[in-house]
Amino acid sequence: MKTLSGIPASRGICIGPVFQFLRQELVVAECKVDNSQKELERLDEAIEIAKVQISGIYEKALTEASKADAEIFQAHLMILEDPELLSEAKKKIETEHCSADFAMKETAQAFSNMMAAMNDEYFAARATDIMDVGNRVLRILLGVAESPTADLRTPSIIIADDLTPSDTVLLDKSLVIGFCTARGSATSHTAILARGLGIPAVSGAGEEVLAQETGSKMILDGTKGQVILSPTETAIQDYTKRIEVAKNMREASMKHAHEPALTLDGKQVEVVANIGNVEGARSSIENGAEGVGLLRTEFLYLERSSMPTEEEQYQAYRAILDVFDQMPVVLRTLDVGGDKEIPYMGLEAESNSFLGQRALRLCLVRPDIFKPQLRAALRAGVDRNLKIMFPMVATASEVRDARKVLEECRTELRKEGKPCAENIEIGIMVEIPSAALVADQLAKEVDFFSIGTNDLCQYTMAADRTNPKVASLSNSFFPAVLRLIKMIIDAAHKEGKWVGMCGELAGEPLATPILLGLGLDEFSMSPPMVPTVKQILRSLNAEEMKALAETVLQLETPQEIQQYVKDQVPFITELVS
Amino acid sequence: MKETTVMVNNKVGLHARPASLFVQAAAKYSSTIQVSCKDPDTKELREANAKSILGVLTLGVFQGMDITIKADGEDEEQAVVTLAELVKNNFGED
Repeated sequence: MKTLSGIPASRGICIGPVFQFLRQELVVAECKVDNSQKELERLDEAIEIAKVQISGIYEKALTEASKADAEIFQAHLMILEDPELLSEAKKKIETEHCSADFAMKETAQAFSNMMAAMNDEYFAARATDIMDVGNRVLRILLGVAESPTADLRTPSIIIADDLTPSDTVLLDKSLVIGFCTARGSATSHTAILARGLGIPAVSGAGEEVLAQETGSKMILDGTKGQVILSPTETAIQDYTKRIEVAKNMREASMKHAHEPALTLDGKQVEVVANIGNVEGARSSIENGAEGVGLLRTEFLYLERSSMPTEEEQYQAYRAILDVFDQMPVVLRTLDVGGDKEIPYMGLEAESNSFLGQRALRLCLVRPDIFKPQLRAALRAGVDRNLKIMFPMVATASEVRDARKVLEECRTELRKEGKPCAENIEIGIMVEIPSAALVADQLAKEVDFFSIGTNDLCQYTMAADRTNPKVASLSNSFFPAVLRLIKMIIDAAHKEGKWVGMCGELAGEPLATPILLGLGLDEFSMSPPMVPTVKQILRSLNAEEMKALAETVLQLETPQEIQQYVKDQVPFITELVS
Repeated sequence: MKETTVMVNNKVGLHARPASLFVQAAAKYSSTIQVSCKDPDTKELREANAKSILGVLTLGVFQGMDITIKADGEDEEQAVVTLAELVKNNFGED
């Protein structure tokens, strides 16, 4: 038995066989063939099959993923139908008497190189598309499984170096019980996906996990961020019991998921969800979320080749707002920076993108990005309970600048005679220590705050949350972070404004009593956590938790604080085992 | 054979979505359609099959460049007019 430590990416425990997600190398040898006619037919056949496959994935992506994800596959279809690509490959077969495999590989490579040589990010992305399409045709010609998970038949823990959105579109989620990545972080695509699905995940567990054979047993503890290789019988029994307890707890909390979170002393707390697409919206409703505390809009911009138009964004936002009807939905404006690959935006790589020109800082200098999003949001918010929130605010003047752009958009829409949402609440993410320190000033500029604990912790502790070596510092239970949270909440309440939290801490059972005691008004988390947090809130007395919160702020370490909460509120221990 | 020359005025030129729209429109006609432009530096003439997304993309047409659309076949007249209109309307972008 061996225990490896990584980063907790999605809570929960699972035990099961592992499945190695391997991208296969396609080996094609150059060889002469006698029957060129037959090779031409093989190529045509393979291309037809590829078209059917891609259309299928496109349809699947349309219903399951976002429209932007789906668009990649539409671009693939266009490449596959390209007359130049096809005629080049055929010419090769006819003149060089080579196999269809070799002709396809060489042709795709040549076009891809041509694109890559243009030294432009947009073309670099197309180069990748061409290779993707070429490889698909090759896999068909070579009879290699379509996806690395084609052989996945039993529920397994997926192990990979790291996973991209295109890797996971094809994944049969009903066969995934957990994710474990060698690299990646608590905020990577895999982590967000796992939390949305409510299954455990550990990221950054190190190279050793990649050596585990498919089918071998593993225990994955997404709450602690640990994986146990070749577990003993005793360990398996122990963890099986814990899974059982957690399952019972979950079922019990699910029964009351749709009831309000009313504390023992009658304080009503809002419990809402963090989502990034329509799928998440549906899951929120199922889990009893009372709205959305964080609608991430990045999904509209990633993995595509051109800027989403205002109309497209309007449709996407409206579809989500429609799911919630009159429930509140807080839309966060674009939160990206130099660390994200969005070729068409022409973002420069920065030496430290987390301290660079990202999120609102970027939007304020790029009205071409900011305005279409704000216009789309204002249009989508008509007759719905939309709120808009700006991320990465450091100073009050940034808020004023952002509000000015929003007003410009409103004026434009009115002039164009387009209906737009009028009295919507405007808020900011408080995730930079400077914003927390001047929260009293910022509170005068906005209607609400939402505390982003992941970044607030990263910036306060000066610990990169994607770096496993400083993972012990990346803990929002440090009193430094909790004291800032108290400052933020107190400052907002003094101005009569409400405060939410959309960072990880809001969905952390051990933090619930502390946050309730500090006076947090709205808890926003991944949909599967909603029933549990609601149940905890219902079992607590808000007045009593004030004293608990005061006490933990005086303690020194996250461990002491968590232990204190466990001692004071013993029933939570069962939920976090 | 019909041909016409138009200036590409939209922001991204003949790339990304505009390029897809252009190729999709061209594919609707049975005529052979070629699109060409002059390299802004070398003045060399570059030509591509208007029905090929890869061909059109590698032409490298940016905002402000002239392109010549040439069609040969039964529906050449309509093809040239439609494609030129698409370019003139900035591919329906704002």
